[in-house]
Amino acid sequence: MATNPMQQFEVHRIGPHLSLNGTDLSFTNSSLFMLISSILIIIFFIAGTRKVNIVPSKIQLLNELVFNFISKMINETAGPNARPYFPFILTIFLFILTLNMVGLLPYAFTVTSQIIITFFLATAIFIGVTIIGFAKNGIGFLKIFAPSGVPIFLFPIIVAIEIISFLSRPISLSVRLFANMLAGHTMLKVFGGFVVSLGIVGGWLPLSFSVALTALEILVAFLQAYVFAVLSCIYLNDALNMHH
Amino acid sequence: MELAAAKMIGAGLAAIALAGVGIGMGTIFGNYLSAAIRNPSAAQKQFPTLLLGFALTEAIGLFALVIALLILFAF
Repeated sequence: MATNPMQQFEVHRIGPHLSLNGTDLSFTNSSLFMLISSILIIIFFIAGTRKVNIVPSKIQLLNELVFNFISKMINETAGPNARPYFPFILTIFLFILTLNMVGLLPYAFTVTSQIIITFFLATAIFIGVTIIGFAKNGIGFLKIFAPSGVPIFLFPIIVAIEIISFLSRPISLSVRLFANMLAGHTMLKVFGGFVVSLGIVGGWLPLSFSVALTALEILVAFLQAYVFAVLSCIYLNDALNMHH
Repeated sequence: MELAAAKMIGAGLAAIALAGVGIGMGTIFGNYLSAAIRNPSAAQKQFPTLLLGFALTEAIGLFALVIALLILFAF
């Protein structure tokens, strides 16, 4: 009766098998839900900006809300220098948020529960930030590994720790999002399994837990998208404003 | 010792990380609450920071989960 709670994370092919030099390029349920999410974001913004008024309509108000929210967040965490990167951060935030939220629907596939997706996003940000840092500060970007005011005998240890913490950024950024989604969705399905196995008599307790967990998952889905965007901004801040 | 048993013990040991997460969660919410009681007018402004701290701390617990799953299923 109760199915495997990990079954929801299986990627399977939709449509024909495509491959290029041995690399599988087939259209999967993962790609399908990424496509759905992107289209949802595009529809959201087109609907909001189709007829722009001084007194905004409801959907335009939502647009402005998201826009101002991210704009304020970037100003607070990375300063006015990070203004050119606003579209990128907004895209990252909305993409992850929509993937998380769409994944919460029953029978939907959670794309962000695949480590390769989040690791790709985090690595792209990591490499981009490193390039920006070297482009803005030249070789002086290496000062990020040597905080000022460190006693000379601690210096080698601190530099080693800083290098390790810098290199582990993409791992912690990606595993955070991935683990949250994986754990949350597994937990939801485990409680769903309890409802089925306890039946009509005892199933009400896990069902109410399940409802509460869904509310928590909606919070987590938003928070993790926000945390991802905030941490990207903090990394950008390190690369853009180096004066310490 | 048999490998399967060692895996189980290892996965159990990975869950010890939750002690730290529990302490961290308690510190975050406890300090927020005591600060909010002292100065309720400033509390609303720090709520996003509270949620950020909550999410970052919760992630540590989930790292432990990933380690446990890796021990159980990947090796």
